[in-house]
Amino acid sequence: MAYLLKGVSILGGKPTDLHLGDDGLITDRSDDKAEVIDATGLVALPGLVDVHTHLREPGREDAETVETGSRAAALGGYTAVCAMANTSPVADTAGVVEQVWRLGREAGLVDVQPIGAVTVGLAGKQMAELGAMATSAAKVRIFSDDGFCVADPKLMRRALEYVKAFDGVIAQHAEEPRLTEGAQMHEGEVSTRLGLTGWPAVAEEAIIARDVLLAEHVGSRLHVCHVSTAGSVEVLRQAKARGVRVTAEVTPHHLLLTDEMASGYDPVFKVNPPLRTARDVDALRQALLDGVIDVVATDHAPHAVQDKECEWSYARPGMLGLETALPIVLSVFGEKWELIADRMSIAPARIAGLAGHGGDLTKAGSPANLTLVDPSARWVVEPGGLASRSSNTPYAGMTLPGRIVATFLRGEATVLDGKAVK
Amino acid sequence: MIKHLRSAADLDAETATLILDTAAEMAALSGREVKKLPALRGRTVVNLFYEDSTRTRISFEAAAKRLSADVINFSAKGSSVSKGESLKDTALTLQAMGADAVVIRHSASGAPHRLANWVEGSVVNAGDGTHEHPTQALLDAYTMRSRLGRLDGLRVSIVGDVLHSRVARSNVLLLSTLGAQVTLVGPPTLIPLDVAAALSPSTKVSYDLDSVIPDSDVVMMLRVQTERMQDSYFPSAREYSRRYGLDLPRMRNMPEHAIVMHPGPMNRGMEIAPEVADSPRSTIVEQVANGVSVRMAVLYLLLGGK
Amino acid sequence: MAQPRADAPSKIILAGSDLSRVVDRIAHQILEKTSGATGTVLLGIPTRGVPLAHRLAARIHAFEGVEVPVGSLDITLYRDDLRLKATRALGRTELPPGGIDGLRVILVDDVLFSGRSVRAALDALKDLGRPSSVQLAVLVDRGHRQLPIRADYVGKNIPTALSESVKVAVTEIDDTDEVRLIGGLQ
Repeated sequence: MAYLLKGVSILGGKPTDLHLGDDGLITDRSDDKAEVIDATGLVALPGLVDVHTHLREPGREDAETVETGSRAAALGGYTAVCAMANTSPVADTAGVVEQVWRLGREAGLVDVQPIGAVTVGLAGKQMAELGAMATSAAKVRIFSDDGFCVADPKLMRRALEYVKAFDGVIAQHAEEPRLTEGAQMHEGEVSTRLGLTGWPAVAEEAIIARDVLLAEHVGSRLHVCHVSTAGSVEVLRQAKARGVRVTAEVTPHHLLLTDEMASGYDPVFKVNPPLRTARDVDALRQALLDGVIDVVATDHAPHAVQDKECEWSYARPGMLGLETALPIVLSVFGEKWELIADRMSIAPARIAGLAGHGGDLTKAGSPANLTLVDPSARWVVEPGGLASRSSNTPYAGMTLPGRIVATFLRGEATVLDGKAVK
Repeated sequence: MIKHLRSAADLDAETATLILDTAAEMAALSGREVKKLPALRGRTVVNLFYEDSTRTRISFEAAAKRLSADVINFSAKGSSVSKGESLKDTALTLQAMGADAVVIRHSASGAPHRLANWVEGSVVNAGDGTHEHPTQALLDAYTMRSRLGRLDGLRVSIVGDVLHSRVARSNVLLLSTLGAQVTLVGPPTLIPLDVAAALSPSTKVSYDLDSVIPDSDVVMMLRVQTERMQDSYFPSAREYSRRYGLDLPRMRNMPEHAIVMHPGPMNRGMEIAPEVADSPRSTIVEQVANGVSVRMAVLYLLLGGK
Repeated sequence: MAQPRADAPSKIILAGSDLSRVVDRIAHQILEKTSGATGTVLLGIPTRGVPLAHRLAARIHAFEGVEVPVGSLDITLYRDDLRLKATRALGRTELPPGGIDGLRVILVDDVLFSGRSVRAALDALKDLGRPSSVQLAVLVDRGHRQLPIRADYVGKNIPTALSESVKVAVTEIDDTDEVRLIGGLQ
């Protein structure tokens, strides 16, 4: 179906009419049969792209499925998500990545782009069949052992080199495992007070420092997942200044929340890497503004109730993110639409190699992947009211700015009037 | 009065002093023939122990029974806990049974905080992971006060594995609240990061036991597990003992009035020499006896009123 | 029980030397009724029963040269209204060195009202030993008993309304000696 978005503000610009053709492309021709949407006061953004999502299928369908996660993504303004490999079975073969890719197509709410594991079973011992995943129907380009660090320096070097053959990228979960044995939260004042084993910032920074040197040495691309410390920002800043081909992401929660949130031992605030200090939050915000950090990625990590309604040390790390990412970024940075479009759509689409996403909405012929935001709307986060199958949001009860009114995937509405169409 | 005792930080100076004063009255009453007092008749106290600790459990049990409360012991072994029942489900069961207070010992830091969300009654922390053990700190403070007559201005050195010690955390918080000056002593690997900022700004840190001993009114030795050796916190038991153990020559350097404390169980020959543990300066046996009085005071003050 | 407001009108019933005379009279009555106060122990109920017990002992000693042992008996843990109010701090229980077994115990309190404090004291006493007999001395009896309890020695009977309250002050604690009736006046 064709749509006419009347009076829409593209990236905060002057109100205009935006035509979405029934061929799924943006067009400058009007169509009498087009459905008209009064978009007065709404801002159009290129559909958001998440390079870091956990959809839990196959294996933990009680926490999330490709379908429920896709719905959450569409409601959050996303048109593409990259699904992490730590499923059960692990997405370390062409078979599993194709299954996830197919489930995404069936759900039809966002483009689900599988990420392949770097090592077999995420065990960090033996390289998975990266080439087979790259040439499968899923066309995997990002490889990651996320949840675990590729700690072995030789293996990391080889993986960085190997994926050059198909323009792949290794997305590293930077965590030196020997420095984080038993770690429960950021190591510092609060962990000392709470008697929880600390996760030192240096465990992340040391791996990033090593990996940028490796990437520089072999001339490969490196992507750093969920950067969480001020020290990591400095390492990245220096590497980029030297011309190392490194990109990095930051999560909405690391841009907003601090380790103080752990004080009540509510595991909804347990996440890996852990929430850091206010100083780190400030450095991450500045890095995103400067472009030292390239993208906002959600690290959307749904968990079943029993995995969070328990003792802090027994709880699984992770937070929901897809439905709150844009509102959190808006509340942190305000209505900087150009910045938001770049960090949440254009740059992530480029990193993930998703050509149809992050396009120019003013250009006829671009795929009609976009989302409409009402920046003046305020809403209260109710965990039970989210589309995700899980409810582990750290923002429960918070009033957030910005409501997704509609999302279009190749011209088809996936969200209308703030509701998923299917 | 406070509702829960999850952390020594739950106590302000006034409340902490009230507990110590009440404990003194409880101690006086426990000298008589009929030890039972009727204050908690009809109240139910559950001892929920996920870790073996016979000493602490029987101390709480004796305290509750002397106040005429009904006591239910719920231990991880031989119960549904070992079948994998969650803390929350256990809490709901205890809630349904009408527990007025739950005394919890758990290997996970913060378990008492979680429990307090799920039960209506009072929660008393009997030791959680590497976090806190507030009644131990109260009985230590009680012991210091009865031996030395005061807490305000007292110089207390806590020596050993502070990093993993729930006793040390609670003691730093409580003693600072009551005006004592705490110095933490141990190898740098076992002193937690930012400890003064985390617990109390007046806390001092020293890596040299010998320099601290002559200026200590109280030397409290912490248990050091030899397993820490495997994790490179220190090279060997021998080296640890030589640098941070309390032996006779070190004890002789303490001021004449100073006392030696240990929360138990002791590693004799490791952090404390047998002659020191058995010396008249040692309060180790008193600490156990005072434990019951202090826990009576806590239970009475939490459950005695409306 | 309804308490008069803090700013309610009040009037002094006994003050200074009046109160001393009342204590003297109770001391005389004790000597008379116990044939010289031998084999007798005075146990004050905290807070104000304790100084009153010490005063009675001092007067008895002044009149007849008899040393009557004095102690204190805290009843907090035995009260039947513990749960109705916020947790109370404990008072001191201290028996004289000779104990109470086989002796005549005279409980000393400032005001006798419902009788519930005395019942709690009797319960507490039974856990401490076995006196040969127990008597009760009070400075003021204001009536309104809820239990079958009466005092053996009464300093002054003060008829009161339930809406009123009686406050006893003693120099040892309050820097003044007086008995005040609060509330209920027009």
